[in-house]
Amino acid sequence: MSVAPMSAHEREEIETHEQRALGFWLYLMGDAVIFALLFATYAIMIPGTAGGPTGKQLFELNNAALETALLLVSSMTFGFASLQAKAGNRGAVLLWLAITFVLGVGFVFLEVREFTGMIAKGAGPDRSGFLSAFFTLVGTHGVHVTMGLIWIVVLGAQVALKGLTLPVTSRLQRLGLFWHFLDIAWVGIFSIVYLPGLL
Amino acid sequence: MFGKLTIDALPFYSPIAAGGAAVTVGGALLVAIVLTWLRAWKYLWTDWLTSVDHKRIGIMYIVLALIMLLRGFVDALMMRAQQAMALNAGGYLPPEHFDQIFSSHGTIMIFFMAMPFMTGLMNVIVPLQIGTRDVAFPWLNAVSLWLSAAGAALVMVSLVIGKFSTAGWTGYPPYSGIEYNPGVGVDYWIWAILISGVGSTLSGINFIVTILKRRAPGMTLMRMTPFVWTALVASVLMAFAFPAITVACGLLALDRLAGMHFFTNAHGGNMMNYVNLFWIWGHPEVYILILPAFGIFSEVVSTFSRKRLFGYESLVYATAAIGILSFTVWLHHFFTMGSSAGVNAFFGVMTMIIAVPTGVKVFNWLLTMYRGRIDFHPSMMWSIGFIVTFVIGGMTGVLLAIPPADFLMHNTTFLVAHFHNMIIPGVLFGYLAGYMYWFPKAFGFAFNRGWGLGAFWCWIIGFYLAFMPLYLLGLKGMPRRMETYNDPTWQPYLLVAASGALVVLCGIGCMVMQLYVSIRDRARTRDLTGDPFDGRTLEWSTSSPPPPYNFAVIPTVSDREAFLEMKEKGVAYRRPAAYEPIRIPSNTPIGVILGAFGFVLGFAMVWHIWWLVLASGLVMFAAVIVRSSNDDQEFTLSAAEVKAIEDQRYRQLGSRS
Repeated sequence: MSVAPMSAHEREEIETHEQRALGFWLYLMGDAVIFALLFATYAIMIPGTAGGPTGKQLFELNNAALETALLLVSSMTFGFASLQAKAGNRGAVLLWLAITFVLGVGFVFLEVREFTGMIAKGAGPDRSGFLSAFFTLVGTHGVHVTMGLIWIVVLGAQVALKGLTLPVTSRLQRLGLFWHFLDIAWVGIFSIVYLPGLL
Repeated sequence: MFGKLTIDALPFYSPIAAGGAAVTVGGALLVAIVLTWLRAWKYLWTDWLTSVDHKRIGIMYIVLALIMLLRGFVDALMMRAQQAMALNAGGYLPPEHFDQIFSSHGTIMIFFMAMPFMTGLMNVIVPLQIGTRDVAFPWLNAVSLWLSAAGAALVMVSLVIGKFSTAGWTGYPPYSGIEYNPGVGVDYWIWAILISGVGSTLSGINFIVTILKRRAPGMTLMRMTPFVWTALVASVLMAFAFPAITVACGLLALDRLAGMHFFTNAHGGNMMNYVNLFWIWGHPEVYILILPAFGIFSEVVSTFSRKRLFGYESLVYATAAIGILSFTVWLHHFFTMGSSAGVNAFFGVMTMIIAVPTGVKVFNWLLTMYRGRIDFHPSMMWSIGFIVTFVIGGMTGVLLAIPPADFLMHNTTFLVAHFHNMIIPGVLFGYLAGYMYWFPKAFGFAFNRGWGLGAFWCWIIGFYLAFMPLYLLGLKGMPRRMETYNDPTWQPYLLVAASGALVVLCGIGCMVMQLYVSIRDRARTRDLTGDPFDGRTLEWSTSSPPPPYNFAVIPTVSDREAFLEMKEKGVAYRRPAAYEPIRIPSNTPIGVILGAFGFVLGFAMVWHIWWLVLASGLVMFAAVIVRSSNDDQEFTLSAAEVKAIEDQRYRQLGSRS
């Protein structure tokens, strides 16, 4: 197969998307700093229960395990969407994005249910410093996932309407980075919030 | 419907507050009237507000910075006047008002004067110095500008509607918490910082990518100018330190709005965590501001000494070392917190270590000047004034780095004198040097030297008069932020300090005159070559002001002083055989729309107008989605159009001889 030489314009466009990828990585690193500081804040506030409930009394391993499963599997399904994008199968991309979306919605649903359950038990974020830190750390992650879901819808529409053009696939790549990043943040939450809280 | 907002928020309770509001509203009205009279609204909108050109964005940043400098300086003048007359008496400001003034002074000078000034200079110059046509993300650049402007507008609006924070520019809890500060002041402070902070983070990312990915061919990292190096390190710090203040202010906002207990006295809160989070941003912030100024001094000293910068590599390594070390010293802002001796000792030692690379740079500049043919341009004067004054500030900083000494001086005016001694010469003089150095590049005519020199002498004399007495007062035990006092031995010092503020006022007057005279005489003083100072770096190789695409042909670089080398080899100004079409990012109103609704969002959060929070948030969200779905964000300037612009430039170059 012979490769046609790139025009200046094509080269420029590829450079643009490389720059966007680097910029997005930097944004993710900045976001990682936010999570790191929220983790540190949570860690120092674990004792600050102010006589209220502790993590051991509140957390349910089943729920956290199910949330973890949903999010990790959604990362895999997003991976399939990325592979299909590379292969140029528009329909398959949309299918895998839809599955990812459903899994993500399931995750958010479980988290909201956990939060509302805790608040109903009188263990809301205004109960103690510990709970403020818990709700803020886990909630920040949940807000990120929700943003990611909206983004999946927007990009799904773009894939459907515009096809897998260079700008669309480049956006899809960045959404992928975001989605996998949220997995990593969640692994941190599971290992630092739920596991020690329950053991 | 209007949340907590009622008619009582208007400042009719005090003549001084009402006066401040009247000046703010009157100033805005005056600008609007002048614009209408000049029929300039359309021009302003199409050529400036919706522009994504880095040069115009940079100029708008600097305009914002200069306006906020005036506002912040009025605050300073009011504080000096109050302390000069408040012996055994109330002075003319009630405590509540005095507290608002020192809070807004610090907030404005750091976030809305220094930050926009620095980002503006970086915007105008960095792409030109690395030989590229624009920053990596031109639209994001506009968003950053307008979010910064939204934050500044929130601070200004607090003069008219409601009150500003009384909790100082650092907003320490529990005093800034809802229990002790139930009004809207702290909320204005929080939302101004959160909104503009997003803009700064995005600027940091934008410039990292621009500098790493868009340099002209041949410009290796070690061929970048000192200003680009310092801008790169400052951008890294911006991208990674600003998230910390976002967290600090965000959690404080949650405490205030949602009744959480991050920093409260009771219910398991930990207020020292706020102080840590704040300074994890705050100390790198000092270097975010000061490193680009160091870069400017390096450029200026080299150009006006007619010499290559001495020890370029040591300067680069010193810059990078400062960038890393700046994350390891934050605790020296609160040695008195009660950490163990070991922790305090560690941070004290790190603080002394970070002074070393800074000292290296002082020698870089001194030895560049040594045996140079120095031209005492105003920019050079700012640089020399900086070196002398900054070393004094550095010495007092090393003194404060010793924890036991810090225990004695903590929260005295000694500290106030120290950080002004770092930031006025180190940051502001640097930016003013850059402003006077690159003004002809940005506008295409000379910047008056006489008034520039006048500004320099007034500023530096005023600075010494205003701050040296504060060192002595601090040693005598005067706490900072005193609205009134009863020790008569303090008053003479405070009178001298007040006179210093008046001398600085003359300096600001000179700056206004400099602008007026330069604009008046612009027809006579046009910069036809684009190279008024026999410059060494690429920004001087284009016309002044540069064309929208900066370089018709991207230059190829083979030396650190790329343009000087071209001139020496006789290849500067060489006409290319043919021009190519150039793609340029199209203007878009979405940046200014995001800024406007960001302002509305912040205002609605301050006053708890929830429907408006939701509505403005949705508009911003929709605007981002619309923009991100748009694949056609550029237009093409044809080769013939480029040739026409360049022919004009060569006619100018020809007419000069």
